[in-house]
Amino acid sequence: MNRREFLKNSITVIAGLAVPLSALEFINPKELLADKPGGEKVRWIFLVDTQKCVGCGLCVMACKAENELPYDADVSRTWVERYVVTRDGNTLIDSPKEGRDGYTSQKITMGDGTSRNVRPEDIEKAFFVPKLCNQCENPACVQVCPLGATYQTQDGVVLVDRKMCMGCGYCIMACPYAARFFHPVYRTAEKCTFCYHRITKGMKTACVDACSFDARRIGNLRDPNDPVTKTIMSGRIGVLREEYGTKPQVYYLGLSREVK
Amino acid sequence: MNNHVFRPLYLALAIVALVFLARYLLVPKDFGAHERGYMYGWHRKGNENEWKAVTVKYKTSAYCKECHDDKVAGISSSSHRFIACENCHGPALGHPEDPMKLNVDTRRELCLRCHAFLPYPSSGRSAIRGIDPEVHYPGKQCSMCHNPHNPRIPTSRS
Repeated sequence: MNRREFLKNSITVIAGLAVPLSALEFINPKELLADKPGGEKVRWIFLVDTQKCVGCGLCVMACKAENELPYDADVSRTWVERYVVTRDGNTLIDSPKEGRDGYTSQKITMGDGTSRNVRPEDIEKAFFVPKLCNQCENPACVQVCPLGATYQTQDGVVLVDRKMCMGCGYCIMACPYAARFFHPVYRTAEKCTFCYHRITKGMKTACVDACSFDARRIGNLRDPNDPVTKTIMSGRIGVLREEYGTKPQVYYLGLSREVK
Repeated sequence: MNNHVFRPLYLALAIVALVFLARYLLVPKDFGAHERGYMYGWHRKGNENEWKAVTVKYKTSAYCKECHDDKVAGISSSSHRFIACENCHGPALGHPEDPMKLNVDTRRELCLRCHAFLPYPSSGRSAIRGIDPEVHYPGKQCSMCHNPHNPRIPTSRS
């Protein structure tokens, strides 16, 4: 290879690497807001305010009853995580029973079955983070389904067809947010549907109705007058695991870097 | 051409036809790529309606207000006005027909979900008046002293 060839090849490689830079743009709610001609008028989105959440777990309780999940099974479509960051730099995270019974004790359950008590003066910050399916615009779980059993509706909700699902679990592995699990009764993949039976009737999701503190809100991104859309367009919002490129549509206020 | 050349070909064609026949019989008629295209919208269309048909269990406080507007008015001036009726009274389901009576959750644990004090500076939790459940009348029902619809005034203290 002579010098001319080497330079030519280098330029080609650099030009090639520069092209996918546009693919590095992760979160852009405006792109979804745009009303495409002949497109759907609804795109469901969710807003979680972690500053307001008090960890009562009533959302988890309501979700389980509303969506017919066995109450005592250790799975839930939505859950609440507790984060306790200590002054010496440790982050302790727990979610006993998915937060179903709320957080009534300062004891933090550890993975090995023990619990740890952090003295109040050792706490740097502590807060609760409600989580649920992010109803991604590019859902990784849907791409991996070999059967067409999971799919995205026109209004942006990812659903599972229990008749088609054979329970291979690819989608459960593919979800970066661990939002999917096996239904203990049907033995098929299960996930949050944004209470599709409620939102399509003009109601709010069961968790939003159960929340007394306005920590959870549901909205329509295609409606510019929707208060949730306004907050997302103008507020300081974040999403979880943006770097996966799934374009999650559950937005968070008051996220901390400890939250993953 | 000789028959022995064609025979395997016929067999192959028959197998292909059988696969297409099986596909025709087994795949639901409404299965295909819908609005979101092949990558995200490849599904059975009828399943969307199955999800829409799930029964609503929590009917919201607006539904309770249709009959119990006196109770709703009673709580509306208290600090508990933001709490949905069904959080404590349970999901309405088919009430008033089925069930005819809802069971109120009067357990101490329900109140402690918010009112067990946690020293968490960056959470809304620390702004709520809280108690230490192990010191504040342990084992007693909160509603013995506090009226959940008007919690500020302690009632019937003996």
